[in-house]
Amino acid sequence: MVPNRVARTTKIGTSSSFNSEVVPSSVARTTKVGTSSSQEAVGGGEADGAALVGALAHALRRHGVPVAVRSTVACAEAVAALGLASRDDLYWAGRATLVHRPEDIGAWDAAFAAVLDDTVTWAAPSPASSTALLVDEDDAGEAPSSEAGSEPEGDVTVLRHSAQEDLRHADLAACSAEERAELHRAITRLRVGVVTRRSRRRRPRRSGRELDLRATVTAALATGGEPLQLHHQGPSARPRRLVLLVDISGSMEPYARALVRFAHAAVASRGAGRVEAFTLGTRLTRITRSLSTRDPDLALDRAAAEVADWSGGTRLGDALGQFADRWGVRGLARGAVVVVLSDGWDRGDPEAVAEAMGRLHRVAHHIVWVNPLKAAPGYQPLARGMAAALPYVDTFVPGHSLAALEDLAATVATLGDAPSTRSPPRRRAA
Amino acid sequence: MAEASVDDPATVSAALAAHDYLADDGLATVIFLALRLRRPLLLEGEAGVGKTEVAKVLARWRGSELLRLQCFEGIDAAQALYEWDHARQLLHLRAAEAAGELAGQGSAAVEDELHDPRFLVRRPVLAALDHRGEGPPPVLLIDEVDRADDEFEALLLEVLSDWSVTVPELGTVRAEVPPVVVITSNRTRDVHDALKRRCLYHWVEHPDFDREVAVIRLRVPEVDEVLAREVAAATAALRDLGLYKPPGVAESIDWAASLSALGRRHLDAASVDATLGSVLKYREDGERARSFGVDALVDALRSRAS
Repeated sequence: MVPNRVARTTKIGTSSSFNSEVVPSSVARTTKVGTSSSQEAVGGGEADGAALVGALAHALRRHGVPVAVRSTVACAEAVAALGLASRDDLYWAGRATLVHRPEDIGAWDAAFAAVLDDTVTWAAPSPASSTALLVDEDDAGEAPSSEAGSEPEGDVTVLRHSAQEDLRHADLAACSAEERAELHRAITRLRVGVVTRRSRRRRPRRSGRELDLRATVTAALATGGEPLQLHHQGPSARPRRLVLLVDISGSMEPYARALVRFAHAAVASRGAGRVEAFTLGTRLTRITRSLSTRDPDLALDRAAAEVADWSGGTRLGDALGQFADRWGVRGLARGAVVVVLSDGWDRGDPEAVAEAMGRLHRVAHHIVWVNPLKAAPGYQPLARGMAAALPYVDTFVPGHSLAALEDLAATVATLGDAPSTRSPPRRRAA
Repeated sequence: MAEASVDDPATVSAALAAHDYLADDGLATVIFLALRLRRPLLLEGEAGVGKTEVAKVLARWRGSELLRLQCFEGIDAAQALYEWDHARQLLHLRAAEAAGELAGQGSAAVEDELHDPRFLVRRPVLAALDHRGEGPPPVLLIDEVDRADDEFEALLLEVLSDWSVTVPELGTVRAEVPPVVVITSNRTRDVHDALKRRCLYHWVEHPDFDREVAVIRLRVPEVDEVLAREVAAATAALRDLGLYKPPGVAESIDWAASLSALGRRHLDAASVDATLGSVLKYREDGERARSFGVDALVDALRSRAS
């Protein structure tokens, strides 16, 4: 906390010193901003506005919002255009130029308040963590008591079997630390195939029913206006979006790290924008941005930092519902292949899971559910959340081992245009 | 020049209000900056909060032409920038051939003729840049940019930074005065950062209660104050129900208009029930609102509206 403050004060000190008066510390700046409601004080100094913009950008970066130099320049222009007549103008000018996402508005408010009021509130950019913690503890506390009886012994069985098996088929939950590290490296190298759909864009074709008039006319010029050679075009293929929803609740703990690595492999092999990754726990967290870093370890660290509810309780229905509301139905899941990686354990209302899955099923192209427990011999989808979701799942696969994840990566690529893969929603048994 | 009249955000706010759009301080400031700095304005927000309307009202106020580019999946340069009218080019070739010009002048001359500006179909972006002569620069509305592919954003980026489009056969078209550009997005996906950096960004919120009442009265003049307040309060209550699609201002305007078309002066349980479809567009949302109790809703809003 202390170094931050020193750094910022120094910065402001230097830029203010352009302003002929010697301004050694933040005290002078505070005075100046304090009088900024009067036109005169602010209109006078160019350096003042620049220093303020610099301080705001700096403060915003401290709150974890990336600020490009270009944006800072735009902000300075905006401030100059408005003449810094009031606090509100400065607020809106800065927000319009430095902030590019609604999620960052909170950080901006804090940064703005911190810089203008000179109250040091840097060190607190993680607001909701305390409440999340409470929820998690609550869940963890009651989980074994109320549900332990009905939990299938599946993962335990797998655990004993896997010791003798080839590492590729080894259950991720049952590996030694070295084996796991090895498997994690292998998962990182996985390439997730591309699912395509027909696009509205046209591509040149050798033959076909559709004429490419542009190319035909151009070619006709060479033959004196006679279109001797006809050029054709046809639809091209575009990749479908792939959405990965990784359950990171306590019950998925042995698999969560590997599955997030799988999500990273998917994002890395297909590029952000085509693949979206979220974690499901007590709440929904979008980790696409963190995962789009190439280096897997760095990406995982960033994702881990972003997710506040690792190994907490499960609110599968709520988290899926949130995804459907805020992202899925609006467009992210439309026509996409949605992959849910979860064991289906849910502490909430299974009806909520069914509802959310139903809505996703109506907009998505194909829904894949990956359940690590499915590999256990005699597995029955007894978990309430799983049972509720199953009628809306098009493909149900295990994801407990490297081999299973390889299969998944390959399966995803085969889910393209073929309409036969699309099953009508089966009626749920009451 | 029209720009001279824009001195501060308050002028913008007043001018927009005079053209039936009530902007809050944030939006007015951002619009002012967009006009003054000649930067594109990127508006994001829930559907129905009045993003598209900003461009329309700007065009009305400035007296300029509104060029609207509705984005969709697979939109490309031919739909956004320009396209050659191939059918007419072919006809022209035929005509030239029939007149024997092809032999007389040689094909080079005919080729030049083929790429005459009259065969060029100007799509909105080129039309906005190609504005010449009198009158204020046009308003270019690029609507729902999140529906377009990301390749399309790269295309926009090029246009929005240089204000020019190159037609290989004709040369570069550069805007004399950059158009006023409004880009809207419903945020079904993130718009690329590079595009965002080039623009001024504003997240459009649902209006507060008083502003919403004012908006309803402005847009549906036949509705009186009492009904407007009740509709605004009821819409606000519906937004708190955790619906799939919380109603926006567009829906509350529709609702007020439907109620007034039915000749209702007050919002009661029967009229809410009959007109709920103009506010809630999902079957599940309608059910949730009904299960919450239309009567309870009406009671709640009575206390709030008065």
